[in-house]
Amino acid sequence: MIFRRQRPDPEKPGQDGPGKDRPKGSANGPQGLPGISVTGRRAGTFCLLLIVALAVQATRVQVFKADSLNHNSANQRLTIQRYAQPRGNLLVGAEPVTGSAPTGGRYDYKRTYTDGSQFAAVTGYSSQVFGNTQLEGVEDGLLTGTDSRLAGWAVWDEVARKQNPGGDVYTTIDKAAQQAATQGLGGQKGAVVAIEPATGRILALASTPSYDPGTFAGSSNADQDAWNKLQADTNQPLLNRALRQIYPPGSTFKVVTAAAALSNGVVTDLNASTGAPYPYILPGTTTELVNDTSSCDQAGLSLDIAMVYSCNSVMGYLGAQVGLGRMVSMAENFGFNDPKLDIPVRPARSNFDTRMNQSQVALSSIGQFDTAATPLVMAMVAAGVANNGTVMYPQLVDKLTRSDGSTVQLMKPTTYKQAMSPGVAAQVQQLMADVVENGTGRNARISGATVGGKTGTAQHGVDNTGVPYAWFISWAKPSGSGNVPPVAVAVVIADSSATDVTGGGLAAPIAKSVMRAVLTGG
Amino acid sequence: MASPSAAARSGPPVAGPVKSRRNTELALVVGAVLIAVFGYVEVGANIDGKLPSGAVGYGAALGVLALLAHGVVRWKAAYADPLLLPIAILLNGIGLVVIYRLDRATPKSAAAPTQLLWSALGMALFIGVVILLRDHKILQRYAYIGALAALVLMVLPIFFPPVYGARIWIKAGPLSLQPGEFAKVLLAVFFAAYLAVHRDALALTGRRVWRFQFPRGRVLGPLLLIWAVSVGVLVLETDLGQSLLFFGLFVVMLYVATARTGWIAIGLILAASGVAVVGWLSPHVHSRVSDWLDPLGSIAAGQGANQIAQSLFAFAWGGVLGAGLGLGHSILIGFAAKSDFILATVGEELGLVGLVAVFLLYALLISRGFRTGVALKDPFGRLLAIGLAAIVGLQLFVVAGGVLDLIPLTGMTLPFIAQGGSSVVTNWIIVALLVRMSDVARRPLPEARP
Repeated sequence: MIFRRQRPDPEKPGQDGPGKDRPKGSANGPQGLPGISVTGRRAGTFCLLLIVALAVQATRVQVFKADSLNHNSANQRLTIQRYAQPRGNLLVGAEPVTGSAPTGGRYDYKRTYTDGSQFAAVTGYSSQVFGNTQLEGVEDGLLTGTDSRLAGWAVWDEVARKQNPGGDVYTTIDKAAQQAATQGLGGQKGAVVAIEPATGRILALASTPSYDPGTFAGSSNADQDAWNKLQADTNQPLLNRALRQIYPPGSTFKVVTAAAALSNGVVTDLNASTGAPYPYILPGTTTELVNDTSSCDQAGLSLDIAMVYSCNSVMGYLGAQVGLGRMVSMAENFGFNDPKLDIPVRPARSNFDTRMNQSQVALSSIGQFDTAATPLVMAMVAAGVANNGTVMYPQLVDKLTRSDGSTVQLMKPTTYKQAMSPGVAAQVQQLMADVVENGTGRNARISGATVGGKTGTAQHGVDNTGVPYAWFISWAKPSGSGNVPPVAVAVVIADSSATDVTGGGLAAPIAKSVMRAVLTGG
Repeated sequence: MASPSAAARSGPPVAGPVKSRRNTELALVVGAVLIAVFGYVEVGANIDGKLPSGAVGYGAALGVLALLAHGVVRWKAAYADPLLLPIAILLNGIGLVVIYRLDRATPKSAAAPTQLLWSALGMALFIGVVILLRDHKILQRYAYIGALAALVLMVLPIFFPPVYGARIWIKAGPLSLQPGEFAKVLLAVFFAAYLAVHRDALALTGRRVWRFQFPRGRVLGPLLLIWAVSVGVLVLETDLGQSLLFFGLFVVMLYVATARTGWIAIGLILAASGVAVVGWLSPHVHSRVSDWLDPLGSIAAGQGANQIAQSLFAFAWGGVLGAGLGLGHSILIGFAAKSDFILATVGEELGLVGLVAVFLLYALLISRGFRTGVALKDPFGRLLAIGLAAIVGLQLFVVAGGVLDLIPLTGMTLPFIAQGGSSVVTNWIIVALLVRMSDVARRPLPEARP
């Protein structure tokens, strides 16, 4: 150490002031007390001990308590670090729909959006104050550069505290389809989801009314005001209706029921009598399941007629014939009851009850009772039928790249479920094509293309007094093409001001324009 | 006959000339300047990605001053301890770098140029003291005048408006001085002179209570008086840091002079009762104590992070290796980030490693001061050197302990590093006195010269 006690004492007798005759050694202070050589060293040791105490406390703070202090809610450092560099971008096609702008404030960069409200259902928002949602939230690590897959020399980067530049997220969105969806929805409250059936790629994901996520990306008062206004809006613009809201699917669910009936041999010939009685009294009750059109009001209709005219009595009867277990399993083939259908954004869970009596099964089979679906799942129904019975896992992200463009992860098409055999799928396709050709879905016809669809007009509210949800699900392919249709769509209009709300009237034209946008490539 | 300290340094006592170690000092001085310049360049490179424009001028200024100081030591104090000057230069250089770095976060107020001027003035005074003060014993003659001057210096700020709640400043045009900083050196001189004369009386008379021997009031009187006045003035000025420092210095020097543990007992009792009374009377002190006990309490109370919490955040962010110069966010501490809280920036940007390195520099400086005291032969010189070293040590502990939440925060400047002209000038005078005295301590006796 610095003070060596065994060191010879420099104090020599005779040279110190008082106490000339002191003996040498430690007892050379007054009257045998220790001298300054000893007390000085003790005081020095005391000072050094104080410094040791400081070093111990510094170690406590900087090593042992560092993590909890760094994550303290009042500590701005993690937030500062997160906005210290431009955020990676979200791309549609090859074009970024996001950007970063310097703020000049404490948080260096804030998010900007190109055509923000059009892509809000895809991107979500990234706000310095209000957090990150949807793709901005799910891929936040990659976009901010903290994702470990971006790191080069991990150990050295750790030492140097190198921040990797944010990576980019390429979405599967088709710009033309997205545009058609947004324009089609216009000022109505609703959502559109379009899927490429063969791959599960999501081509359009729109929800209206929408919002511009760029208006509250920063941390200024204007951002706060914009946010407050959106929060207070009774039309809930921040709600992503395409993913996060479930609606009773109404008659569009009859596609699932038809697939179940055909798959399980309840119906074999599309044009033969199904044996459905008329009137159809719900099993165990005295209630008749009524139809919306008199064309359905006879016994022994075929499945094809029942689909073309959307006959509740026939499809309810068929659902009950298929039975609870097999109806549940067919519904789950399309994503119902899956709480983690992450695309990678997590949608709301679509519901088809698993414990019901026969009358409830019949009602559920025509998309009523507790049956409720996100537009995403209803698009999966149409896509599964179009893809010859194979439901592909829906994906919103095409690939993740580093800032230099090199690929971090490439998404591959994945099968979700084999919902039905290709033969059954061909039959259901025929039914859907007939709906568009001859039935309630005529508004979706596209010249030069084969279109299959199903309308739905779902009553809801107390005693069905709410404005009905207008649904349409469909797929389309060029006429004569033997390939899998390149597009499947689900459209829901949740709260229209139109006087005559029907799926065919309101939703089918939107589906048509989205499908046409994909078919013509823009 | 070899000097005892030289014998201790080289192990077995050998006859022969004592080495002056001036070339060692030169090498260390050059190294200290280079480290400071490197830090300056680092700040520029990390913030702007290029060399700061002032690097050459800054390095040249510090280098010229350092070499001048070294030259004077070589000329006038050839046997001085070779570590004192380089450590002072390095600490001062680190301070300038950190202040420059914090200036970059506060574009509207630049403190580094002023601090460089004050450092130059401090080094000029260092040179002056080394040249003019032939023998430190001369100071003994002016002990009482010095004590009076110290009192005047401490009372002066009462007539000036308070700054951030403390009346410790005097303002003259653009200049603002903290006279208490100078006063502590004068008080150390006075304590050393007084104790050198009266230490036997203080040690030997008095009555014994249990294991402690307490001195008589008559001997104690003048000392207690000057201590009471200085502490009273400081409490009136609400400058707790200085108060704590004077008190600690008083107790340490009394103990060193008399070897009476009773002094430590008295000191602890006085300190405890003082803290209790002041904490009870002053809401200012009361809040400091509650912040110390629960530094994150204001966050839970919804009032956001207070300065101690911000300081701890800064240290924590530094971790073991630090964020890198210019890459931390200690400016979030707000007011006094460049002065009282400057150590938080060191901790954040240089990490635990850098912080402990700085602590070690202080430990070396202080131990060299104590060693000088022990090696000297006259009681006044011994007590003075030990007192001056204790000032640095206590001040370091009070400041660093405060910002690290080891003890309540008391608002003082970190020796050599923190922004503050009075402080840096005073510390240069302390080092000059230590250099002077270490030269006497290590110089071979006349008869030993060939």
